[in-house]
Amino acid sequence: MSDTSSIDKRAAVPGSTIRTLIRATTARKEFSVFVALLVLSIIVSLMSPYFLTVENIFNVLRQFSIIGILAVGEALIIITGGIDLSVGSLVGLSGILTGLFAGAGIPTLPLFFLVIIAGCLLGSVNGLLVTRIGINPFIATLGMLSIARGGALLITGGLPISVDNKINFLGDGYLGPVPVSAVIMFIVAIVGHIFATRTLPGRNVFAVGNNERAAKLSGIRVKSTKMMVFMIMGGLCALSGIILSGTLSSAEPTAGTGYELDVIAAVVMGGASLSGGIGSIIGVIFGAALMGVLRNGFVLMGVSAYWQVVAIGVVIIAAVSLDSLSSKKAGS
Amino acid sequence: MDGTTMLRLEGITKVFPGVKALSSVSLAIGKGEIHAIVGENGAGKSTLMNILSGVFPPDSGRIIFDGKDVHLKDPREAQGLGISMIHQELSLAPHLSVMENVFIGRLKRNALGFVDYGKMRKMCIDSLACLGIESIPPDTKVGSLSVSQRQLVEIAKALSFDAKVLVMDEPTSSLTLAETEMLLAVMRSLKASGVSVLFISHRLEEVFEVSDRITVLRDGCLVKSMDRSEATVNEVVSLMVGREFERVFARAYREYSPAEKPVLEVRGLTSREKKLKDISFKMYRGEILALTGLVGSGRTELLQSLFGLDKIDSGAILVDGVERSIADPHDAIALGIGLVPEGRKDQGLFLEMSVKENISMAHLPSMSRHLFLNMQQERKATQTYVDNLNIKTPGMNQRVKFLSGGNQQKAIIARWLMNNPRILFLDEPTHGVDIGAKSEIYRIVDGLAQKGMSVLFVSSELPEVLTLADRILVMHAGSIVKELARDAADQEEIMRYATNQI
Repeated sequence: MSDTSSIDKRAAVPGSTIRTLIRATTARKEFSVFVALLVLSIIVSLMSPYFLTVENIFNVLRQFSIIGILAVGEALIIITGGIDLSVGSLVGLSGILTGLFAGAGIPTLPLFFLVIIAGCLLGSVNGLLVTRIGINPFIATLGMLSIARGGALLITGGLPISVDNKINFLGDGYLGPVPVSAVIMFIVAIVGHIFATRTLPGRNVFAVGNNERAAKLSGIRVKSTKMMVFMIMGGLCALSGIILSGTLSSAEPTAGTGYELDVIAAVVMGGASLSGGIGSIIGVIFGAALMGVLRNGFVLMGVSAYWQVVAIGVVIIAAVSLDSLSSKKAGS
Repeated sequence: MDGTTMLRLEGITKVFPGVKALSSVSLAIGKGEIHAIVGENGAGKSTLMNILSGVFPPDSGRIIFDGKDVHLKDPREAQGLGISMIHQELSLAPHLSVMENVFIGRLKRNALGFVDYGKMRKMCIDSLACLGIESIPPDTKVGSLSVSQRQLVEIAKALSFDAKVLVMDEPTSSLTLAETEMLLAVMRSLKASGVSVLFISHRLEEVFEVSDRITVLRDGCLVKSMDRSEATVNEVVSLMVGREFERVFARAYREYSPAEKPVLEVRGLTSREKKLKDISFKMYRGEILALTGLVGSGRTELLQSLFGLDKIDSGAILVDGVERSIADPHDAIALGIGLVPEGRKDQGLFLEMSVKENISMAHLPSMSRHLFLNMQQERKATQTYVDNLNIKTPGMNQRVKFLSGGNQQKAIIARWLMNNPRILFLDEPTHGVDIGAKSEIYRIVDGLAQKGMSVLFVSSELPEVLTLADRILVMHAGSIVKELARDAADQEEIMRYATNQI
């Protein structure tokens, strides 16, 4: 980061405000993932001139919008010290519900809310298992992963349901050149960021993840806070399910399989700690974008899809290693 | 002491981001010497100890152990050489048994290579017996032990390394008087067998009782190193704080009449799980009530039950004469009760969060509208408390984990003051806090009582109990065995009730 330090020197002459600003920016957890995103984008744009076209950029945005939306919810859960592995299955099941309800002739707006509420309820089941029965969230949501996917397959007999409703606009629509799903992701990210940094329940999320006992002693309702984040996650899964089925005008019972890994990877790359208490919404959106650009770059360069899978694993490990090494350095 | 130097430090310097923790400290520790390091919080004592035991390296300077230059890469290497450390924050594995903790990293094996539990059990009992403890079975899970028992296990663990130098960071801060005496006896016998002991303590009585040499640190510099015989308490204290210390803290004690209406009344509180039996007492407005007794007598459990953290089986809690059900800390807070818990890191701090967020935590609901935080109000209110309680921090957004122990404690106290409670519970409020911060905390507590707050505090330090309290409740084995008026109480009297020898 040689250019950062040269800016640093110049700024030192007129005053230290810019300097402190730079230091504050570089010290933030989001910074490293932002730099990684920037570097990767530059590399990809050098390798393929098509990358920086408006059409492609919106294409990338559309591709990672679902992961981005889900990552916002997953980040909140991970910050409380929990984890949700059931997101992919809940996306799939929500898509099926969208198809069923649409097929039953429910009009668009009630349909939308019905599916979102169903998602919240499914999320609450995770929350109840974790808070009331005291099951480890990894196990509880692993169970839900299987149950929801099985449910989706049972309902449909394994066959896709075609969705014919205006709600598909959320998945395949464009506002001018901008895909609607990308707009939804940005709205979710902004609301999520405000929620995490400027609201009482958002602050409680961090407190619970930092020190559950101290949070309880400070009068925070720990169980309700955990319940809330699982419910939010369920709602966002439902939203993603609607978008995904809208993209294809068809709800697949196997849709969303494996999403949980991409989502958790995005959250972790975005600077959240799996032990809880640390993380930011901006960071996880950068994390999701990083994965989106990576995927897109491979397609543009014509690299085998199998290599993509390997490379994403490598990037996840590299990002987290760098972060862990740098925090170790700062700690000693 | 036979005059030979066991360990010598030369020009040790250590800089942390933003803080010079140690600046060119040189120190020599003789073989079989008990060497006390004293200083206020943030003076650099713990940093020095950490360098000595290999937790992190110094930026410059030399460590000469037994005549040889050593570079300690990690605590294991230090232990291998014979330097064992007992940390202020205990580092035991809660899910493992006592003996597994004592032998962690070097479990005894039998001929087949399997763990030899029989042998370890025996060795563990022996090393605990060296400390005069028979009450801790080697198979107990450490997580179920009290803080003081864990401390003893930690000491047993360090002793079992055949240490030549034993480094102790505030070993007695959570021990009772009897346990402390026992530990001091252990230190003397270690000394007799040629082991050097380097220890940090805030309790000057024990420093003067047991040590051969006393070294005073202040702001990362070595102020003076002297033989105990040359030193006086007043001199040491003034070297520590850099000014003459006003030794006795006196407050205007409060008289109360039995006709007064109590702010808090507890009737027959019983909890089988927490082993509390038929506890009854009353607390009046503006009163400071001490709750003392041996560690494990149920003091902390009582506070936490009253605060709604643990369920009670029977009994009534009356606030302003009205019976209340307190099922959750939330309820207690709504009734105007606050609790500063024992164990800052375990129960008090949000380590990764800022000083501001730590202080405002319990008061946030009142500083938000429609769930949105009023961040300007938060900043302003916290700043007031940072100033009033003299919390030393580079800024409000500094993460609280970078503050010294005393300042962390003040931040937690600030959290509760901001909530403006009428009843404040304090659990070992000056645990591991230096003399300067201690008297500051006394002043704060006194000021609160003057303003009409009722304070119930748990303390193992009898001078503290006698200094602060209007009345003293003594607990033994889950019951309140005696209520003493301040002027009728002295240390021996309290100890007799606490040990049930009446």
